Amino acid sequence: MKQLVSFIRKEFYHILRDKTTMMILLLMPIIQIILFGFALTTEVKNTEVAVLVPTNDEASSRIIDKINASAYFDVVEKIHHTDEIQPVFRDARAKLIVVFEDHFTEKLRQTGKAHIQLIADATDPNAATSFTFYASNIINSYQQELREATSNPYLIMPEIKMLYNPQMIGAFNFVPGVLGMIMLLICAMMTSIAIVREKEMGTMEILLVSPMKPIYIILSKITPYFVLSCVNFATIMLLSVFVLKVPIAGGFISLVAVSLLYIFVSLSLGLLVSTLTNSQQAAMLISGMGLMIPVMLLSGMIFPIENMPVALQWLSDIVPAKWYISAVKAIMIKGLGITSVLKEIGILSLMSLVLVTISLKKFKIRLE
Amino acid sequence: MLYAIEPELKDRKMNNIIQQNSNIVITAENLTKKFGHFTAVDNISFEVERGEIFGFLGANGAGKTTAMRMLSGLSIPTSGKGIVAGYDIETQTELVKKNIGYMSQKFSLYDDLKVWENIELFGGIYGMKDKEIKVKTDELMKVLNFENERDKLVGSLPLGFKQKLAFSVSIFHNPQVVFLDEPTGGVDPITRRQFWELIYDATSRGITVFVTTHYMDEAEYCNRVSIMVDGKIEALDSPKDLKEQFNAASMDEVFQQLARRSTRQAD
Repeated sequence: MKQLVSFIRKEFYHILRDKTTMMILLLMPIIQIILFGFALTTEVKNTEVAVLVPTNDEASSRIIDKINASAYFDVVEKIHHTDEIQPVFRDARAKLIVVFEDHFTEKLRQTGKAHIQLIADATDPNAATSFTFYASNIINSYQQELREATSNPYLIMPEIKMLYNPQMIGAFNFVPGVLGMIMLLICAMMTSIAIVREKEMGTMEILLVSPMKPIYIILSKITPYFVLSCVNFATIMLLSVFVLKVPIAGGFISLVAVSLLYIFVSLSLGLLVSTLTNSQQAAMLISGMGLMIPVMLLSGMIFPIENMPVALQWLSDIVPAKWYISAVKAIMIKGLGITSVLKEIGILSLMSLVLVTISLKKFKIRLE
Repeated sequence: MLYAIEPELKDRKMNNIIQQNSNIVITAENLTKKFGHFTAVDNISFEVERGEIFGFLGANGAGKTTAMRMLSGLSIPTSGKGIVAGYDIETQTELVKKNIGYMSQKFSLYDDLKVWENIELFGGIYGMKDKEIKVKTDELMKVLNFENERDKLVGSLPLGFKQKLAFSVSIFHNPQVVFLDEPTGGVDPITRRQFWELIYDATSRGITVFVTTHYMDEAEYCNRVSIMVDGKIEALDSPKDLKEQFNAASMDEVFQQLARRSTRQAD
C-alpha cells in the first residue's frame, strides 16, 4: 500500500510540475466547448436580411415583421428596386434578400396567388440552405394563418416537429461529441505517453527491478489521468448546462456511470498503446492518428454515420466513442433511462474487457 | 590523474578483503540466454562473495547487460541456474528484487522530482518506513554534502551529482547486492574517483557490488574482474593476477588481447 501511495504521489508531481501540459489538459475542454458552441456552429443566428418591397402593403409588412421578429434574422435594409439587389450582396450588407412582387397583397387577395423570391448568398452553401429553410418556414406559417382565417377545408399542411431539440441547437449534438473526444484524448493519449516516457527515460527498468508489482505501476499511472478526466467531465457538464443551456434531461447518475465505463475503456486503450511502442513520439502518433481521427470522423460527432459507405459503418462499430456518444445522447438529450442504453453499455463493457486482457498480458510479457 | 589516488584505494581494498566473510552472495551456474538462434549469454558460471567488488567487463554486445538482467530478475534464463542474495532468480524473483539495488547506464532518477522526493519515492517503493526514510535522508544529505541541493529538482543538478545521488538511492534500502550497469559513463575523472569512494563505502557496509564498466582504470579498482567475449567468460581473476597471466602492464592490455578474439559484431 505504501508503495502505491508513494508512486501515485510521484505521478501527481509529474503532472503538476508540467504546468504547460496541465493547463492544456484543463483548458482544452473549455476551449473546445466554446469553439464548437459559438464559433464553429452551423446554426444560423441574426442573419442580415434585406427586403425588396415595390409596394408597401399589409401582407408584405406582416411577413417582414415576422422575419425580423425571429431570432434567425435581422432585417437590416429595405430596398425598392431590383437594381439594388446586386450592390447589397457585393457590399455584403445582407445574406438573404426577400423579394416581394408588385402589389403583393392585392394579388394575394384577388387571385389567391402571389410570389416571393428568396435570393441567398450561397458562398457558404450549408448556411444558405439553413437560412432559406428558416425563411420559407416563416412564410409558410404566415400562409397558414391566412388559411385558418379563410377556413379552407381541403388543405393538407404537414407539421414538422423537431423532437428532443426543437430549436435545432447544435450544442445538443456536439456536447456528447466533445465529451467522447476529450476523455479519450486524456485517458488514452496521456496515459500511454506517461508510461512510454518511463521506458524512454530508462526509469522503467529501475521500477521493474524493484519489488514494485507491475499492476501497481499501471494503477498509479492511470490514477492522475482518471482524476483529470473527472475534472474535465465536470467542466464540460457545467459549461453545457450553464453556458450552452443544454439540459441534462435524463438521470445524472446514469450519465456518470456510462462515462466512468468509457473512461475505463479509454484507459485500457492507452495501456495497449503503451505496450506497442517505446517512444513518446510514436505513442503520440498512434493515439493521434489511430484514436483521435477515427473519433472525429467515425463516431457520428461531425458526420452522420448513416450516410457513410457500408464498410465505414462497420468500421465505426469498433470505435468506442461512437457507442459512448450515442449513450450520452440518449441519456442527456433524450432523457432516456439507463435501460435504453443497455446495448451501448454491453458493447463498451466487452471492449474494455478485451482491451484490458490484451494489454495486461502484453505488459507482463514485456517485463520478461 | 586516477593513479594518484590508487594507494589510498588499495588500502581500502585490503580492508575489504579482511572484512569479508566467505559466504557467497551471487552464484551463476551455466547461465544461458538465447534470443531465437542468437545466444547472448553462453553458459557462464561464477561466484561472488559478500562485500566484494566484482567487475564485469566486455565489449558492447558481449552479453554483459543480458547477464546482469538475468541476475537482477528482469529476464528469465533460457537454461542454467542463478542464486542472488540467497534466492533463486527464476522461482523467487520477488525476494531477489527486495534484496538488490540497481543503477542503469541510463540515468535513473526522475528529473522533475526534487532530490528528497526521489529518495522518498524509492524508499517507499522498497517498503521503508516514513521515519526511517527521513532519518536516512538527513544522513545521506550530510554524507554527500548535498544539504543545499535537497529541495532542488534533480534535473537541475550536474551529471556527476546525479550519478552520485542515483547510486546512493540504489543502495538506500540497504540491499545485499547492488548491480551497477556502466555507472560512470560520461563523467569526469574527479567525479569518477568520488563515485568509487562511494562504492568502497558501500562495500565496507557489507554490500556486494556487481559493476559493468568500459573504463579499464576502473577495472583496476575491482577485487575481481571477469571479461566476457561473445557471451562467454574468457577470464576471471583479480586484476593483478590477470595482468600476470596475460603478461600485460595494464588491464587495458589484457582486455585488448581478449577482445581481439571476438567474432561478434558490436551492436
